[in-house]
This record gives sequence, C-alpha cells and structure tokens, in this order.
Amino acid sequence: MNEYALIMRHEDGTKIASPEQMQIWMKQTMDWIGSIAAQNKFVSGTGLPFDDARVVHSNKMVTNGPFGEIKETIGGFIVVRAESADEAAEFAKGCPVLQGEGNTMEVRRIAKNDGAH
Amino acid sequence: MEQQELIPHLFRSEYRKIVSVLCRRFGFDEMETAEDIASETFLTAAQTWGFNGLPQNPVAWLYRVAQNKAKNYLQRNLTFETKVAPQVKSNFSEHYETGIDLSPQNISDSQLQMMFAICHPCIPPEAQVGLSLRILCGFGIDEISEAFLSNKETINKRLYRAREKLREEKIRIELPAPAEIDKRLDAVLTTIYLLFNEGYYSISQNQVLRQDLCFEAIRLCQMLADNEHTHKPPVDALLALMYFHASRFDARVNENGGIILYDDQDTSLWNADLILKGGYYLNRSAVGSTLSKYHLEASIAYWNTQRADTKEKWENILQLYNRYLQVAYSPVAALNRTYALAKANSKEEAIVEAEKLNLRDNQFYFALLGQLYTGIDNRKAKTNFQNALAIARTPADKNIIQKKIGELELLF
Repeated sequence: MNEYALIMRHEDGTKIASPEQMQIWMKQTMDWIGSIAAQNKFVSGTGLPFDDARVVHSNKMVTNGPFGEIKETIGGFIVVRAESADEAAEFAKGCPVLQGEGNTMEVRRIAKNDGAH
Repeated sequence: MEQQELIPHLFRSEYRKIVSVLCRRFGFDEMETAEDIASETFLTAAQTWGFNGLPQNPVAWLYRVAQNKAKNYLQRNLTFETKVAPQVKSNFSEHYETGIDLSPQNISDSQLQMMFAICHPCIPPEAQVGLSLRILCGFGIDEISEAFLSNKETINKRLYRAREKLREEKIRIELPAPAEIDKRLDAVLTTIYLLFNEGYYSISQNQVLRQDLCFEAIRLCQMLADNEHTHKPPVDALLALMYFHASRFDARVNENGGIILYDDQDTSLWNADLILKGGYYLNRSAVGSTLSKYHLEASIAYWNTQRADTKEKWENILQLYNRYLQVAYSPVAALNRTYALAKANSKEEAIVEAEKLNLRDNQFYFALLGQLYTGIDNRKAKTNFQNALAIARTPADKNIIQKKIGELELLF
C-alpha cells in the first residue's frame, strides 16, 4: 500500500461564488474526505487558504501571492492510502473541486523514506 | 439492607478501596498480599456478622479489621527482618511504619494513583482492563472472564503476567509528574473507554454485569474529573460521552435482553438526569485547543440524545463522523457515518458509499445495506438481511434481522 497526495488546483472560490455556494462546496469536501476516511484510506490533509500567502523568489525577494485567480493554484491537499495511482485517481474523481471547469486534481505518490523513492 | 445483600454490596464498594490503600502502602511487590488481606477482611466479616449480627458502622468495622490484619502482617515481616535478616535493618523504621491510612482523602488518592500505575504502557490494554476490573472495581475472576467471554484460567494467567510485569518494571504507585500527565492520561482514558465499551457493546447476555461495567467506567472517569491535577478536557469529554450513552441503557434492551434499535427506542425511557450530566461535562470539555476523539464522539452522542429527527441533527452527526473517522477509524464508526449520510443526504448516495466499505465479515454491514435498500429495492434488501443473518452471532441480533426479513416479505 502506497500513500498518495491528492492536490487540489483551483480558483479561489470566495472570488467567484456566494457564501452559500461556498458552504455547499465545504460540505461536499467534508463528505468526500469522510467517504475516504470511512474506507480507512485517509492519512492526512489540509486546506491552504489563499489569503495572506507569500511567494519567495530566487533572489530572496518576497511578494504577496500566489493569488487564487488562476486555475493552477494549489488550494489544499489530502494524503490517502491506495494500492495504485489508479485507485488514488478514483478517490480524486470524487473531489468537488472538479465541478469547476478547468480545475484539476493532481495525484502524486509520496516518497517513502527508504531511499528508493 | 439485609446482611446477605449487604456483604456483596460492601465488597463491591469497599474491597477496591482497601486494596488500593494497601497496595500503595506495600507496593506492587506485595500486591497479592494486599488482595489477600482485603479478601480475608470480608471473610472475617461474613463469619463474625453471621454470629454477632451487624456492627453499627459496617464500613468502619471493615477498615479497622483490614488495618489490624495489615499491621499484623507488617509486624510479622518486621520480626522476620529484624531477627532473621538483621543486615537489612538500616532504614526499617521508616519502611516499616505500620500505620494504614484509610481516610477518605487517602482512599481517593490511592485509587487515582493505582489507576495510573495499572494503566502503565508496559502492560497490554486487555490486561490493563482486566487488572482495573480486579483492583479498581473489585470484580471477581468469574465476572471478569464472563465480561471478556473467556475462561477463568486465561484471565488468571493474564492478570498474573500483568502483576509480574508491574513488579519487574518497578512501576511506582503515584501520580505522574505534571508534565507527563497528559501522555499517561491517554492510556488511562483508553482503558476506561474499553471498560465502558466492554459493557455497552459486549455480546454477553448478562445485562446486570454489562451495566455494572459501564457504571464502573463512569465512576473511574468521574474520579479523574473531580481531581484538580487530572480534570483535563479529554477527561470531561469521555465522561460526557459515557453519560450520554448510559442515558439510553434502559431503552436499548427489551425484557428478553434483546437489543432495541435506536429508531425503535421508547424515548421516555431515556434517563434525563444522565443526559443533563453529559451536557454539563461536554460544556466543561470545550476549553483549550485540543479536540480529542472523545470530544467528537461525545458530540455525536449528544445529538443522539436529541429526540427530534431533523435534517440539522443528521447533518451535524454526519460532519462529526467525517472528522471522527479521520482521527480514529473503526468499522462501526464507518457504518454509522454511512447511516447518517443516508439521513442527511440521501439513501441512494449512502448505498454507493456503503458498498465501498465492503466489510463482508461484519453482520452490521449487511444489516445497514438491507436497511438502505428497503423501499428502494426490496429484493436486494432481503438478500442483504439474509447475509447478515448468516453471520449474526447472538440470538438477540438474529431476532432483529429475522423480524426485518419478515417485514420485507409482506411487501413482495
């Protein structure tokens, strides 16, 4: 069994939707995570709020951002247990983020600390 | 109270106090001696009271006899030590101080300290529960083996090994240092939680025994909640959880000992007093920044004490289970979460989610699917109930499932 990060890439919902719509998405996200946890496949996860974010550049310059105006911004991730990348991708399909056209879920295996990656 | 009822009653309430005080005084090295002295005290009581009638204050009488027996034992030891082995005399005056303090304060302190000592991580959880039942709750080996659905020999061996381990590891009977309390408290709460569940979910048919287990767990947790060093938020949360569950004790069993499902319970049998207590401790637990699994479970239990079958109730329960499963997965919680999903969202969605769980060796998995398919696809519902029936273990469970199948057949 491997662990996979399911990375949510999407626009900042607060910029495009009403608080009521946000609440619906929030519930759907919680139900989606609950479904994975009920299968005993949930490892960890967190949301990454868009406000008060910083980008540090190679010249050590710090700017505000990234801003959630583009669909490639990371909005959060969860880590799941799965037999294969395909099984992990099945979990990802249930994420409500995908309701937004152009939003994506990225599935990445977590490197094991055994030097083998 | 008549004498023949009084002695078992006193045994249950006083044996553990005497053992805790004596154990703390003697240390784990002489744990069996402490248990022997406590048992002999009750034997003496049974014999003496039979001839002379009840003393005016039976509890004080028991303490005095236990104190005397302990003193005699220490005196004999002292004689041995001074006459036979004089070389170990050096600090005997301190070590062989023969006073046995059975004041309420010392009894309470000793029991708390014993709780932490018994729940030391060096012995396995089931041994911690067994030893707690023996030492902290005064249960007999018969009752412990019945609670664990095991035999006396196995339990005796398990307790023996646990005592040996505590001796070998030189576990001291004391409260952990303040910095360590949170960590050690975890193990104590786990044991209390297991003890409660043993009573609440056990498949033993002995209702009285099961209820006793639950109330013993509550009593131990209440002691932690009442002590200034140990009344931490998870303690209050666990206590709330147990009060909420216990409030439904009378409603969840019928006169034949069969389980009554939540939906069919007579809510007038729910114990309002216990629900109030649960509410008090749930409020008290809501401080600090840690959200333990007990907090989540107590909140779920709180919603279960709310009679009205509202969307809000089930949405709250669903979200609590969503979070609970992230920190403490169990098949039961997964099934309960799916039931809440059906109530909060829809049966159709819950069926899809239920089948993903694929807990094919669990009767409740099939029973849940049967429940969800009922009214949607009654033939599938029946097949699922039949699968549940095939692996159900107790007559009470089989009865419930049989009834469901009967109801379904009327619909074909």
